[in-house]
Amino acid sequence: MSTLVEVSKLSVHFTLRGGALSRLTGRGSAVVRAVDGVDLTLRRGEVLGLVGESGSGKTTLGRALLGLVPATAGSIRFDGTELAGLPERRIRPLRRRMQMVFQDPHAALNPAMDLGTAIGHPLKIHKLTSGEAETRTRVLEALELVGLAPAERYYSAYPSDLSGGQKQRAVLARAAILDPSLIVADEPVSMLDMSVRARTIELMASLRDRLDLTYVYITHDLATAKLFCDRIAIMYLGRIVEIGSVASIFEQPRHPYTKALLKAVPVPDPSRSAPRDLPRGEIPDASRPPAGCAFHPRCPVAFEPCGWTGRDLRAHLEDRWTRLGASAYEQESRVFADFPDLEFSPVGDVVVAPGRLHTASDVLTVLNDARADAPDDPLWRGVTSMSVRDGKVVVGFASPVEPRLLPSPGGSGHVACHLHHPS
Amino acid sequence: MTVLDVRGLRVWYGSSRGPVRAVDGVDLAIGAGEVVGLVGESGSGKSTLGKGLLGLLPDGAQMDGDVTLRGEPVDARELRRRRGSEVGLVFQEPMTRLDPLMRISEHFTELLKVHDPGVSKAQREKRALAALRDVGIPPSRYQQYPHEFSGGMRQRIMVALTLVLRPALVIADEPTTALDVLVEGQILAMLSELRVTYQMALLLITHDLGVVAETCDRVAVMYAGRIVEQGDVRTVFRDPSHPYTRELLRSTISLATSELHSIGGAPPDLVDPPSGCRFHPRCPDVMPICSSQDPLTSRLADGRRVECWLRGSRVDAR
Amino acid sequence: MAGRFRRTLATVRSTGAVPRWLLYIGGATVLVFTLVALAAPLIAPYDFDQYRSDGTRFPKLGHPSGDHPFGTTVQSLDVLSRVIWGARTALEVVVLAVVFSLIIGVALGLISGFVGGWLDRVLVLLMDALFAFPYLLLAIVLSFLLSDAIGSGVVTTALAITVVYVPQYFRVVRGSTMSARELPYVEAARVIGAKPRTIIVRYLLANVVQSVPVVATLNAGDAILTLAGLGFLGYGIQPTEAAEWGYDLQRAVSDANAGIWWTALYPGLAITVLVVALTILGEGLNEVLNPTLRRRRAFAFLLPGRSASTQAPVLAAKEPR
Repeated sequence: MSTLVEVSKLSVHFTLRGGALSRLTGRGSAVVRAVDGVDLTLRRGEVLGLVGESGSGKTTLGRALLGLVPATAGSIRFDGTELAGLPERRIRPLRRRMQMVFQDPHAALNPAMDLGTAIGHPLKIHKLTSGEAETRTRVLEALELVGLAPAERYYSAYPSDLSGGQKQRAVLARAAILDPSLIVADEPVSMLDMSVRARTIELMASLRDRLDLTYVYITHDLATAKLFCDRIAIMYLGRIVEIGSVASIFEQPRHPYTKALLKAVPVPDPSRSAPRDLPRGEIPDASRPPAGCAFHPRCPVAFEPCGWTGRDLRAHLEDRWTRLGASAYEQESRVFADFPDLEFSPVGDVVVAPGRLHTASDVLTVLNDARADAPDDPLWRGVTSMSVRDGKVVVGFASPVEPRLLPSPGGSGHVACHLHHPS
Repeated sequence: MTVLDVRGLRVWYGSSRGPVRAVDGVDLAIGAGEVVGLVGESGSGKSTLGKGLLGLLPDGAQMDGDVTLRGEPVDARELRRRRGSEVGLVFQEPMTRLDPLMRISEHFTELLKVHDPGVSKAQREKRALAALRDVGIPPSRYQQYPHEFSGGMRQRIMVALTLVLRPALVIADEPTTALDVLVEGQILAMLSELRVTYQMALLLITHDLGVVAETCDRVAVMYAGRIVEQGDVRTVFRDPSHPYTRELLRSTISLATSELHSIGGAPPDLVDPPSGCRFHPRCPDVMPICSSQDPLTSRLADGRRVECWLRGSRVDAR
Repeated sequence: MAGRFRRTLATVRSTGAVPRWLLYIGGATVLVFTLVALAAPLIAPYDFDQYRSDGTRFPKLGHPSGDHPFGTTVQSLDVLSRVIWGARTALEVVVLAVVFSLIIGVALGLISGFVGGWLDRVLVLLMDALFAFPYLLLAIVLSFLLSDAIGSGVVTTALAITVVYVPQYFRVVRGSTMSARELPYVEAARVIGAKPRTIIVRYLLANVVQSVPVVATLNAGDAILTLAGLGFLGYGIQPTEAAEWGYDLQRAVSDANAGIWWTALYPGLAITVLVVALTILGEGLNEVLNPTLRRRRAFAFLLPGRSASTQAPVLAAKEPR
């Protein structure tokens, strides 16, 4: 299979304009690393799934592939043409060959345009027909193609006359009428009812065969990805953490995150009880990604090199106080001078100052208690030392190592995890 | 103990084309510590049913039927009055319910002041922190503002704000739909635990059969304003009795799905629903009687209630 | 009987009726004024500057009488004719001003909202500056400058008023453009290769102008007041050019002390009635057109009694509430 899109070291960063407050506190404007150094090859004719939670950067990556958001760094080659850095004016003619399907079918069609005009508009823009009559014929064909029959009736219908599933078909017709090579489908079925999801996926699959399409299927739903995709890339906080064939992802998941996602998908089988051991917490803020592996704060099997820092210690103590209750919190938090500031401690050893009326040994006692109560917490694997120095406690952490996406040992895919690639 | 008992509930609301029969004759009962899943597609009337039970109906909607709450008959006004204290609610978008300018502590103070005016400040704080602890929010974050929390944590806070008043019944309308799959799992597991500790009756409104399977004891399947089948989750999922339940289960895409299936046609217009059984135009097992006469409610040996002419031979009082 | 009574009550209760009647009353009144303005040459007994007929001069400050139902002014002008011709002036100025400010405001709002960046900032600054300026003062200065450049008259006054109202359209359209710009269908237009101009004209325009009729109607009422204000202060249309209510009011100020009520009453009444009519028409339109303000109209219906056939036999039928 030849390559249609080649993405290398692609980054898409957004600058959040810091408010007056954040400028005063000296943290300045934040940079959100929506996509952070992604390498990806899209083969002609395949369906590649981009799977991840919201905030994983999957939608931004999909939009960057179409040149809808500018790349901050790296390259996107679409059939030999470099898209990164190309002005909108030069990308526009290329849009004929790459199309997009949106998550919300109710918002993806201009409410003031009838379907005939909306679906025929791409043809007009790219001047692909010789006149109104030919445009009309092509639009009617496209409507038939996506199963909106009788086409004559839908031609003059407005989006408000259609159900969600029908609107999504119309959106597919608008994309397909240009005979594109690539369609990026961003959660195309997640807003549809269960009873029409299957039909929409079947339609997308049949379009692939009839039009020789390549799809990028963006979703948070592993179940539909399993049915529709050939390969799947699992994304977490702007990076691909695992990529491989559908078989390798579902039968031999390597990354702890992939495993967790697979465990969490609700299954309509009441004999299976709800999983209790899901990773804690949520996907972190992409403007302040954790050190090392971004998943380590939630990872049940994280160990020394995964990127432990002061903010992990803070999260651990907060967890502890949630468990022990308000009185333990009252007593133990007083021991620290600036507990919330642990959140912003840099990589490396953390110096913890004791609070008023407390000494460094009080701090050490609390930390040791926390460790004794949950000795198996992955955090303690990353803590190399705790000692008193100059009236303060110094907590030493193992130095973080960023995992790289490397071939899975004994498998066909790639995974970015220290468990599989000990450094 | 039965917390909520609903019989023959109807909620209609007006439209330019005539009344929309969003909920049209529904029977439902929930006991203490029980989780009932109300599933249906968009437009099935499941959210309207939830809103009706909370007394949150829009202007021009009308409701009738017999609703009893802990044995007392209540009407729409009474339900509205008991919202919060006896009937709690958890919605899809927690941010719309939290005031961005108020600390979490202030949310609790306001709420407890209104509902329990006699309680001291220390007592209020104690109750609030206990509720937050139950939903897994660290006490260190009690004084923070809503925007400092992630989506899942906001939903946890909403649950805590609901539970702190110890309602007998909680209605949760798509509580996890806006959340990611891992967070959804966490919240569902938490709800399962809390209904035991709080002994509350939970009505979980969702479109996701997977969520129902993992969380609920009983399930009520709603189609076009009526509950077409209800019963024990395991029984209903293993051996669906109503063709709609069966088709809905078959069309659900899960990790175990190997073959795609969908239900033909589209849900009916509730201004002018089909005659007889409302599912008959889409039903693969349709019989001549289905379009001419309303199906009777039958109770199967395993305790299920089904509205279908296929099971119509055994008409029976409940 | 009881059913009918209940239905009537339900109709009265339904909130949709109020905006509907606002719309009807405001619309009818505005229509009457428009017809009067259009038919002024036919229905006005005299010309707007006519002070004599058949060689006889009209009485000075004559009481309302058969020949002059609304009386005459100190300049011997017929008040009824002045009021009728004044409607024509008001219509001309207001239509021109609304059309000009609408075109300019909508265009600038679309461009500013869609393009964003420094252009947006400059335009917003400019519009805010215009908006912050006392509107009558702005109109006076502009009509002063314009009458120097192109001479006074209906068009000049309309242009002066135009500038006052451009910022309102700009604000409304820019706001809805900025929110519509983020909608998938606008991105979809980019995806199919549409140029910015095509996106603005084909995808944004139709969807952001919904609130414009409301603004236009409310502005029209306001513009009448500005026009009258300019006339009253003597900076508007000159008495030799057309009849103008504001000017007439100013002339009538000294009459009022002498107990002569008719010279002030009729032009004043005309201004008041037209402004109120335009305002309630605007409010009515707002309720009907603006989806964010529109309360779901309650459609009255009666919940029919539960028929036994739709229920399992065990459940007793119950009377509707």
